[in-house]
Amino acid sequence: MTVAVNPTQTGEPVFYLADEHPHPEGYSTSLGFWIYLMSDCLIFAMLFAAFGVLGANYAAGPAPKDLFDLNLVAVNTSMLLLSSITYGFAMLTMQQNKIAQTQMWLLITGLFGAAFIGIELTEFAHMIHEGATPQRSAFLSAFFTLVGTHGLHVSCGLIWLVTLMVQVWRFGLIEANRRRLMCLSMFWHFLDVVWIGVFTFVYLLGVLR
Amino acid sequence: MSPDLLKFIFGRLGFDSLPLHEPILVGTFAMVALGGVTLLAGLTYFRLWGYLWREWFTTVDHKRIGIMYMILGIVMLLRGFADALMMRAQQAMAFNGSEGFLPAHHYDQVFTAHGVIMIFFVAMPLVTGLMNYVVPLQIGARDVSFPFLNNFSFWMTVGGAVLVMASLFIGEFARTGWLAYPPLSNIGYSPDVGVDYYIWALQVAGVGTTLSGINLICTIVKLRCPGMTMMKMPVFTWTSLCTNILIVASFPVLTVVLALLSLDRYVGTNFFTNDFGGSPMMYVNLIWIWGHPEVYILVLPAFGIFSEVTSTFSGKRLFGYTSMVYATVVITILSYLVWLHHFFTMGSGASVNSFFGITTMIISIPTGAKMFNWLFTMYRGRIRYELPMLWTIAFMLTFVIGGMTGVLLAVPPADFVLHNSLFLIAHFHNVIIGGVVFGAFAGINYWFPKAFGFKLDPFWGKCSFWFWVTGFYMAFMPLYVLGLMGVTRRLRVFDDASLQVWFVIAAIGAGLVFLGILSMLMQFAVSFLKREQLKDVTGDPWDARTLEWATSSPPPDYNFAFTPVVHDNDAWWDMKKRGYQRPLMGFKSIHMPSSTGTGIILAGFATAMGFGLIWYMWWLAALSFIALLAVGIGHTFNYHRDFDIPADDVIRTEDARTKLLAGAK
Amino acid sequence: MSTDTRAAHADGHHHDDGHAHSTFSGYMLGFVLSVALTAIPFWLVMSGTLPSKQITALVIMAFAVVQIVVHMIYFLHMSPKSENGWSMMALIFTIVMVVIALSGSLWVMNHLNSNMMPIHEMTGMK
Repeated sequence: MTVAVNPTQTGEPVFYLADEHPHPEGYSTSLGFWIYLMSDCLIFAMLFAAFGVLGANYAAGPAPKDLFDLNLVAVNTSMLLLSSITYGFAMLTMQQNKIAQTQMWLLITGLFGAAFIGIELTEFAHMIHEGATPQRSAFLSAFFTLVGTHGLHVSCGLIWLVTLMVQVWRFGLIEANRRRLMCLSMFWHFLDVVWIGVFTFVYLLGVLR
Repeated sequence: MSPDLLKFIFGRLGFDSLPLHEPILVGTFAMVALGGVTLLAGLTYFRLWGYLWREWFTTVDHKRIGIMYMILGIVMLLRGFADALMMRAQQAMAFNGSEGFLPAHHYDQVFTAHGVIMIFFVAMPLVTGLMNYVVPLQIGARDVSFPFLNNFSFWMTVGGAVLVMASLFIGEFARTGWLAYPPLSNIGYSPDVGVDYYIWALQVAGVGTTLSGINLICTIVKLRCPGMTMMKMPVFTWTSLCTNILIVASFPVLTVVLALLSLDRYVGTNFFTNDFGGSPMMYVNLIWIWGHPEVYILVLPAFGIFSEVTSTFSGKRLFGYTSMVYATVVITILSYLVWLHHFFTMGSGASVNSFFGITTMIISIPTGAKMFNWLFTMYRGRIRYELPMLWTIAFMLTFVIGGMTGVLLAVPPADFVLHNSLFLIAHFHNVIIGGVVFGAFAGINYWFPKAFGFKLDPFWGKCSFWFWVTGFYMAFMPLYVLGLMGVTRRLRVFDDASLQVWFVIAAIGAGLVFLGILSMLMQFAVSFLKREQLKDVTGDPWDARTLEWATSSPPPDYNFAFTPVVHDNDAWWDMKKRGYQRPLMGFKSIHMPSSTGTGIILAGFATAMGFGLIWYMWWLAALSFIALLAVGIGHTFNYHRDFDIPADDVIRTEDARTKLLAGAK
Repeated sequence: MSTDTRAAHADGHHHDDGHAHSTFSGYMLGFVLSVALTAIPFWLVMSGTLPSKQITALVIMAFAVVQIVVHMIYFLHMSPKSENGWSMMALIFTIVMVVIALSGSLWVMNHLNSNMMPIHEMTGMK
């Protein structure tokens, strides 16, 4: 307990660090970002609650069975899953300090993410075209908001990804950039976890109803 | 210009949006404008803009940000209290066919603004300000975990306050009550900008609150000085930790509810409508999932302040530290299990109502435990009746009454009678004023010498204290009576003349509270003038117990020249007792975060975006959003965010303190 | 004292360096598991293999829970040790809050509906 806190070792209680090292930069970042994700988790939880309470109120409009194309959802889900593993590869190559490969995997992740957003927008456009607009019923309001909020998060993730690619390209895999890539990794995988809830509770259980 | 172009540029905003037909508002505007111009002219004349910008607006120092939060809270208190006086006057006058002096359209805005401002822009800034100032000092840290974020959070809170204040003169505020229940707050019944001001003010401020919550949790978890284990943290730090956990766990809920309401209003979705399967009661349910934890967010730090004050001014270690910590944690969890008691009358069945009634009553157990801990701390202590201690004793008496009426309201059948009555109003003012406001005042009087280097004047402080306490009882005890007689809240005129006397007493009480506020402002002014007499050179004017008193008053930028090492709950008391010698040499350079203007700029764009959305100026909203994104991303390209305070500067600062301390002896 | 801080500092570095324990095999295992845990529920619903809808619903919800755990472990690298247990603590607290708020809302609103809805609309609610 008394290792070199005070150079003059006398057995007296030590009340201050004579030789301290400042906390390394980004010392709190990963915990802070994790707590942010937890608060985001509550945002999604409340949207799920809204969907859970209002999701059966079709107001004589279309029901999930009439609207959801599970094949499309399956394709979309696979896009997100693939983007998760490619992000994992980006993190692995980052650990090995391979800039070019990290950038390549980030790019592939971004493409999968963009494909996910593209498919989702197509699905939305199709539904709106058929008259299943967010205004049509409480079910559709809740559906569009929940799925749309997830999509919005993925889009933010894409903007962030591009920013980070530029930063890695300009400044290399410096400590700060590694930390940021790790935060984005948490964000990206977190969105994947939310999507598990979405495809299970919204799409699969919706079609079952 | 063509009307289309005008509509594009100004959206819904036109000359008729300005409340030129309301003499009260025009008069207020004239006064505010005059005061504002004088202030701005003064700042320009004394060339203070550069100083303010460099040293305050762009600072990332948790101490200065804390002080700015306190100033925001006190300024907004004046606005919120002006609303209260108007309501009390209106209700005291509007009998025997009199309409009072406030038309319904204005009166409804006044009571909404009063609630919103007092909770979000008075109580929250005061509490956040105290936590921001004190927590890093109490845990022996140099700053918070994310100093830039701290600055940004503060300016987002200011942005929200600016939007609320703007609604006074540009357009109008919501007329829905402070929680804006639909369907009244939906576009069909509130087509004007009032509810939009409400939504965007709270959203902008809410971002700031959530981020500052994350920031303080990280600070407490990661930056405690060596030796300070969780069970050696000061109680105020513990309550701050629990409060910030509650903030992070509940403000996202508010964000979602308000977002869904704005979707209903802007896009025409059907979450809270009466048609197409929407459910207005879902809004009530969701907003109280945030709303109940919110009151504990406010009161927990106050409990922490009272704990510090009681043990300092009784000259004793806090009684039952462990039980205090556990009580705080239990309250944190339980506060999430009681939200339905705000709407027992909604029509859920007996099982739901009894569950939430019982959980509500259970909360009184840990709270009662705390009360006994404070009493036992005082028992056989050498109590010094300084101002913080006076506020604490007033709190203990007042809060017990509020707590008991709360347990009464927690009984569902009783609540069916008292729901939405003035009894409820009396109850929550009893706990919020008796708990949070008295707590904030105890905290201000306690930590003011730490922040500014001189104590607050006790004479004016005692005036303020007595006016506030007697005023509070006169203002709110009649409301209990009226509530039991069945008078509901938010009424503008009354038919039954026999009620008038109670409202007149309440109005006189509000007048006394007003004198209390004036005395407090007087106290600040007098103390500033007498600052040489009231000076604190020791850094420890109260013979206190926790670490913040180990450094000078005001503390240097870096808080502690050497990071302290802690061996006891009452770390500073322990150091004093065991003959701690302040280090006089061996100082080194200290690594600190540097100031940045990005926070205030980002918050400015966020506020502009809110303004654009309120008035349907889509171009303004879009441009501000793009600017927000661009500046935010641009900021991440700056990798050099800290600097070193050179050892010479540290030596100079510490030597000055050595001289000061020598002079004091 | 200082051993504590030094340990904490070293710990901090450790995490800043990213996930020392994230490995290729870890990611691949997580990926294979999550593909299976995604594909099976889709297949169950699309083919209607199981005899009743209730059973299918329960099974796919169970799969979702398992898959969330898989993602937490293999992709988000959750472990009781990360950040001295604070990450796990935050996660557990959040789960408790989410469960309270979600199940509470459903319970409360359901009760309200069954107590307050006119009878002819209740059939439409199901």
